[in-house]
Amino acid sequence: MASVAQRRSPGLIFFSTALIVFWLMIATGPFIWTVWGSFKVQGDFFSKTDWRYALYGVRTITETGDAFTGNGYFGAWIQQEFWRNAFNTVIVVTFTVIISLTMGTLGGYALARSGFRYAFWLLMAALVFRAMPHITLVSGYLLPFFEWNLWGHLPTTIIVLVAINQPFTLWMLHSFFLNIPKDMDESALVDGCTRLQAFRHVIIPVMWPGVITTGLFSFLLAYNDFAVTSVLLSQENQTMVPKIASFLGTVRQQGQVMFAVAAVVSAMVPLFFLVLFFQRQIVSGLTTGAVKG
Amino acid sequence: MKHKTFFWFILPSLAAMLLFIAMPLVSVAIQSLFVEHDQVLIEVENCTPFKCESSVAVDQEATAALREERPLGQFNALGTYTNRSHLAFAEVREAWNASGSLYDFGAQLMNLPFYKALAFTITYTAVVTPFVIVLGLAIALGVNALPQLVKGPTIFCSLLPMIVTPLIGSLILFWMVDADGILGAALQRIFDDDQLSLKASHSLTWIMLIVYGIWHSAPFSFIVFYAGLQTVPQETLEAAQIDGATRWQRVRYVVVPYMTPLVVFITLMQLMDNFRVFEPIVGFSASAKATSLSWIIFNDLRGGDIQLFGSAAATSLLTILGVVVLLMPVLIRTWQEFGRKVV
Repeated sequence: MASVAQRRSPGLIFFSTALIVFWLMIATGPFIWTVWGSFKVQGDFFSKTDWRYALYGVRTITETGDAFTGNGYFGAWIQQEFWRNAFNTVIVVTFTVIISLTMGTLGGYALARSGFRYAFWLLMAALVFRAMPHITLVSGYLLPFFEWNLWGHLPTTIIVLVAINQPFTLWMLHSFFLNIPKDMDESALVDGCTRLQAFRHVIIPVMWPGVITTGLFSFLLAYNDFAVTSVLLSQENQTMVPKIASFLGTVRQQGQVMFAVAAVVSAMVPLFFLVLFFQRQIVSGLTTGAVKG
Repeated sequence: MKHKTFFWFILPSLAAMLLFIAMPLVSVAIQSLFVEHDQVLIEVENCTPFKCESSVAVDQEATAALREERPLGQFNALGTYTNRSHLAFAEVREAWNASGSLYDFGAQLMNLPFYKALAFTITYTAVVTPFVIVLGLAIALGVNALPQLVKGPTIFCSLLPMIVTPLIGSLILFWMVDADGILGAALQRIFDDDQLSLKASHSLTWIMLIVYGIWHSAPFSFIVFYAGLQTVPQETLEAAQIDGATRWQRVRYVVVPYMTPLVVFITLMQLMDNFRVFEPIVGFSASAKATSLSWIIFNDLRGGDIQLFGSAAATSLLTILGVVVLLMPVLIRTWQEFGRKVV
């Protein structure tokens, strides 16, 4: 591979390595800084005097006696009851993922196996729906939901998130099912299975890689959502992200910004592990449909 | 697949999309034609021992009853679209007549909430998208040349800005560039100005949000380009090399053409996502200097004491119109391709 002709000039190697190192610094630096700083007191993390205070925790030592403190986490999780919001997030995310995958696999399979013109139009409609800013849809829900007393509850939000997720799920699973050879389920049909039986016994056993990848993105959409959850959930049902947003107003007045920092870091941790374990699926998911054109 | 089977398979997801995506659009269209009820006023007579005075007061009960009875509000036709917080025809005409130069006219437009938001949304979309594509390609080329061993960890680290919740990502950056944060304090020291704050100036706020946007989206284009680079045939590269192409020429004339479909894909995705920019404005608390279309809808719904459904709906419909205009080239192209396939 590395023939003499392909060897790169030292200047180029230096330039490209410098670019990558620089990129890695700006990509990960803020996260490392914030995770580290979340174990300090506010005087260190937002230090006017010397930025190195945040590294060594000078004020943290004088205030708490140790270089690291869990006060921010205690304040956020126990005092501000962030655990309730974390629990709500778990409920919303779990159900959103399960329901949207169930609907999406059925629909995506149908779209991949139907050669009719309306299947194409459905996909195009889904693309347009995918482009709708979520907040515009939310402004359509709000008044009817108030009228029908549906506003503020977790199930409402779950259904809404599932629906908003459908266009993307359909596209992704559709292109995934296209890759499963038609002959597989068709031979089952020839053997006398119904469509549902063919789906159940032939397609379901081989579809898991695609479903997992799609599920990851459904997870991310539900977990990262702010527009829907912040408007559609009542105060006590809030998930983590809108709660962090409402933290911002209250904690600043009380001088408890570290609560918000701790909450932010806590909400970041699951995502970190998600990337750690599912890196390959995320990469393959991002490129589905792209590389194939 | 038979029509009937297809129908049953697609039903759940179709129902969800119709109920929660298509219906809200109808609901938004209807709501935008209505406006909140005025408060019901009654004349109250206050009599003191010396004289009687009549004053006008708000009849809370009647107002509440009216709102209860007709929650949609009163019919306003297209009035909401043309008022000051939306298209503001009257104000625009006035500004046009009053202003001496185009620059002056633009400055006056920026005082109108809708145009201010539109200007930021378009600027953000137009600046972030090309930057993301160029930066993503550069990183992909760089990572592709790395030794196999460090590729995995590099990709892992690169994914983080994109995967993290937008609100959280913007908060993390905000805390760093805030006046007390590490970068903010460093900037103050460099420019020797205690009052320097990125939040205080219009242009710096815009730049800060755009930098966040690039930081957030670059990993997406990097990953797509990186996957694309793996499919560039080695033979073509070698052939170009034998013909005497320099490294730059090989990138320019072999790699980049292979990437063109990917550029189209990334542009499409980025246009859709950047046009709905919203969370960073909340995260950076930047709404005083920069607002986006999504943000003004959110503000109508959550900002004040009374929810301005009509106003939010009108902005929503205008935003959707913007999305359709944005997607038009893609839709037309797909339409033509589809037509060719059928014929």
